[in-house]
Amino acid sequence: MPINYYIFLSVALFCIGVAGVLTRRNAIIIFMCVELMLNAVNLLLVAFSKMHHHALAATAPHAGIDGQLFVFFIMVVAAAEVSVGLAIIVMMYRNTHSIDVNFLNRLKH
Amino acid sequence: MGITQVLFWFLSILAILSAILVVISKNPVHSVLWLIVLFVGISGHYILLDAQFLAIVNLIVYAGAIMVLFLFVFMLMNLNAETEPQKNRWLKIAGVVAGGSLLLVLVAALKQADLKTQIAEMNKGDIGLIHNLGLSLFQDYVVPFEISSVLFLSAMVGVVVIGKKD
Repeated sequence: MPINYYIFLSVALFCIGVAGVLTRRNAIIIFMCVELMLNAVNLLLVAFSKMHHHALAATAPHAGIDGQLFVFFIMVVAAAEVSVGLAIIVMMYRNTHSIDVNFLNRLKH
Repeated sequence: MGITQVLFWFLSILAILSAILVVISKNPVHSVLWLIVLFVGISGHYILLDAQFLAIVNLIVYAGAIMVLFLFVFMLMNLNAETEPQKNRWLKIAGVVAGGSLLLVLVAALKQADLKTQIAEMNKGDIGLIHNLGLSLFQDYVVPFEISSVLFLSAMVGVVVIGKKD
C-alpha cells in the first residue's frame, strides 16, 4: 500500500480523537479519546517503519526496527498513564460524585 | 484489487466508524466496547503490516488490560446514559469544527507531500518478529527498557498513594 493511505487514515483517527476531547465532558471518555490519538500515532509509526524497511532493505536488513520499538515503549507509557489517570478520576468521583470535567474548574480558585 | 487491499479498506472503514461511534455514543459502556472494536481493527492493520508482535501486544495490553480497567471503573461508578453530563450545543459544534479544521489543514498540507513512490510493504519482511525485536530491545534499547521499569514502579506507587482513603 502507498504510505499516503496510512497517513490519511492516521490523521483521520487523530482528528476524531481531538474532536472527542473537545466535545465530551465525561472525564473517562476524554481519556479514551486520548488513547485513540495514541493509537493513531502508533499505527503511523508502524507504517513508517515498514516504509523505511522497504526503502533500505537491500543495504540494512534490520532497518526500520526502531519504529516498532518506539511503539512498544509508547504502549508501556500508555499503560502507566491509564493506571494513574483512572486513579485520579476515581478520586475525583469519590469527592464530587460526578465525572463531569466542568466540576474541576474549582481548581482555579 | 488483491486480498490485501480488500482487508486494508475493510479494516480502515471499521477503524474510522468505530472511532466515530466512540465519540458519539451516549452510553459510556458502548463507547468502551466500540473502542475495543477499534483496537482490534488496528491490530489487524499491524498484522497486515507484518508487525505480528505488536499486534498481539496491542490486543493483550490495550484491548485486554486497559479496556478491562476502563470497564471496571465504569461499573464501579454505575454510570449510564441518563447521568451522562451534557455540554451545551454550541460548544459541541465548536469542538467538531475545531477537529474538522485540524483534519482539513493536515490533509491539505500532506497532499502536497511527494510520497507517491513510498510504499509501506506488506506480506514480507521479518522486522516485526519477536526474535528481531527482542535482540534490538535488549542490545540497543536496554537503558530505556530499564527506565520504563522504574516508570512502572513509580506509577504503581502513585496509584496506591492517590487511591488510598485518607
